[in-house]
Amino acid sequence: MSTPKDDIQFDYKYGFSMPEKSVYKAKKGLDESVVRMISQIKEEPAWMTEFRLKSYKIFLEKKMPTWGGDLSKIDFENIFYYLKPTDKQVNSWEDLPVEIKETYDRIGVPEAEKKFLAGVSAQYESEVVYESVNKQLDKDGVLFMDMDSGLRKYPELVKQYFGTLIPPHDNKFAALNSAVWSGGSFVYIPKGVKVSLPLQAYFRINSERFGQFERTLIIAEEGSDVHYIEGCTAPIYTTDSLHSAVVEIFVKKGARVRYTTVQNWSKNVYNLVTKRAQAEERAIMEWVDCNIGSQLTMKYPSVYLTGEGARGEVLSIAYAGEGQVQDAGAKMMHFAPNTSSRIVSKSISKQGGRTSYRGLVQVAPKAKNATVFVSCDALILDEASRSDTYPFMRIKEQDVEIQHEATVEKLGDEKLFYLMSRGLSKADAESALVLGFMEPVTREIPLEYSIELNRLIRLEMEGSVG
Amino acid sequence: MLTLKNLHVSIEDKQILNGIDFTFEKGKIYAIMGPNGSGKSTLAYSIMGHPAYQIKESSQILFNGKNITEMESNERSHEGLFLSFQSPLALSGVKVYQLLQLAMQGKKDPLQIRKQAQAIARELGISEELLGRALNEGASGGERKKMEVLQAAVLDKDFLMFDEVDTGVDVDSLKTIAEFLTKHKQDKTYVVITHYNRILHYLKPDYVLVMMKGKLVKVGDGSLAKEIEETGYTNIT
Repeated sequence: MSTPKDDIQFDYKYGFSMPEKSVYKAKKGLDESVVRMISQIKEEPAWMTEFRLKSYKIFLEKKMPTWGGDLSKIDFENIFYYLKPTDKQVNSWEDLPVEIKETYDRIGVPEAEKKFLAGVSAQYESEVVYESVNKQLDKDGVLFMDMDSGLRKYPELVKQYFGTLIPPHDNKFAALNSAVWSGGSFVYIPKGVKVSLPLQAYFRINSERFGQFERTLIIAEEGSDVHYIEGCTAPIYTTDSLHSAVVEIFVKKGARVRYTTVQNWSKNVYNLVTKRAQAEERAIMEWVDCNIGSQLTMKYPSVYLTGEGARGEVLSIAYAGEGQVQDAGAKMMHFAPNTSSRIVSKSISKQGGRTSYRGLVQVAPKAKNATVFVSCDALILDEASRSDTYPFMRIKEQDVEIQHEATVEKLGDEKLFYLMSRGLSKADAESALVLGFMEPVTREIPLEYSIELNRLIRLEMEGSVG
Repeated sequence: MLTLKNLHVSIEDKQILNGIDFTFEKGKIYAIMGPNGSGKSTLAYSIMGHPAYQIKESSQILFNGKNITEMESNERSHEGLFLSFQSPLALSGVKVYQLLQLAMQGKKDPLQIRKQAQAIARELGISEELLGRALNEGASGGERKKMEVLQAAVLDKDFLMFDEVDTGVDVDSLKTIAEFLTKHKQDKTYVVITHYNRILHYLKPDYVLVMMKGKLVKVGDGSLAKEIEETGYTNIT
């Protein structure tokens, strides 16, 4: 172990944190001074400081949601609202809960990646292949960086869009995020640029760890095309009990954005996320949302279809095991003629887990010839588990085509017997049926992710994942 | 090869099989006939180990001398048993190849399984397209039965039960299935549960077993099937 000579020298490998100057010293709880401090540390422009302060006031005024899951155990006074990345780390690999370590081993996460995910290392060393991808992105004028850098380098561009689609008063947690946000991604795709490889937040150069109050802004200019991937299949260990992100996406005329999430937070986390996209004329917005981890997730990715012929899609998978609640769904708002939306939701509950599909489809007057397709399927694996469906439709236009399907299925003894009679073990039979049930969504996910996801679900089915 | 000793079976407290004693010999073809509700399918399910069927404590199922009465159905499969289902379910998202691969438990190379399945599919007249899909998704009744026979052939077990493999199948398909089973019989044991004599014209049984009210009431040779076809079950005692 090396002895630190001065303030900046420290041994990253063991996760020792840099001694902080007292002014940066984080404290628990939230008040105006903490909000000011965050803005000050980041040396933000005055408008952002104002935005944060205004948001903080809204946060105080807003009531907690009374639906979804039980939020009463969240103690806002017992949370660090800003920590330097190094402060967030577990001190050493040995301090990690044993289940998390075992899970990493079982799904075969490489050593360096494990430490990053576990928070033992603050940075994930990007592989050479990503360097070359980045060169191509630079050449095309694509901006892909963390949100803090985005604000620093492109303040005008950020100001034009930031908080316009999800204003702070949208909901209590959007207000909280607006007040204390840190990290997240800033993505700008210039007109006509089609990004061939998915942008993966995970491999963002010099990225911070997945933040507690991430803020992501994606702007896809006319005719551009991008696939953004957030998260990873390995469980992300964090001691933070609250994760509250905001994601805003602007899809301009004829552009297409696909946003894929694989959420696997450790099972102590409240994951309360607001995600919204605006699709202009003939634009396409697709959310692919997989929720496996967390204690409680409340997330309803939405698309505002504001331009004629715009298309929105939400494909989601939710898996709730013991002690988990996945309250997930989608919102589709049709504001223009000839718009179309498609929601496909697949949820699985096991060992007392609870899943809910909560969706809203709204067709505004004059959004003529809108087409809506909603399909939500729930698979319940045992008597202790539960699934609910809350589909809301507000249709203010006559000339629309609406299709809604919902199924609730118990993992049938007959199907299990069929597979077992062919020689499959019970665990293999169950996971084959569950993976088969999820297949309409998993086939939309890039192969390397879907393989990992399938492996993870299989481990969950064996009941051997922490 | 397979011996049933005093087999009593009930489901949800309803008694269905009332004491069956019988030994199936290796390499023979058996036809099991009987009116609806006589317990034919229950017999097949019980031999395969369906968890909903309760077997009386004093009953025994022996396979190659081994007591399999308490075994899970996957273990019975590993021992060499196979059941072709009367109404095969569709398994959404579970691909045929994937199922075969999982069923083989790594004992055969996936590529080899694929090739073999393709060859068998050609013989049975199953389209490549259907073979590449999830099991039985969008498949007709006849196609489903052929898919059962395909699985039987790939998994290559010793004691095969076919529960009404002939119902819902057109004449040509029936002929294809029966000829396929005859051709690939080798020294396997077949138990063919059927209502009709039709399939037995192609697949000649060594023995015909008649079940009524959960009991085995008569055992005869191939001519018994013909007799039943002509006079029905009422005259059988």
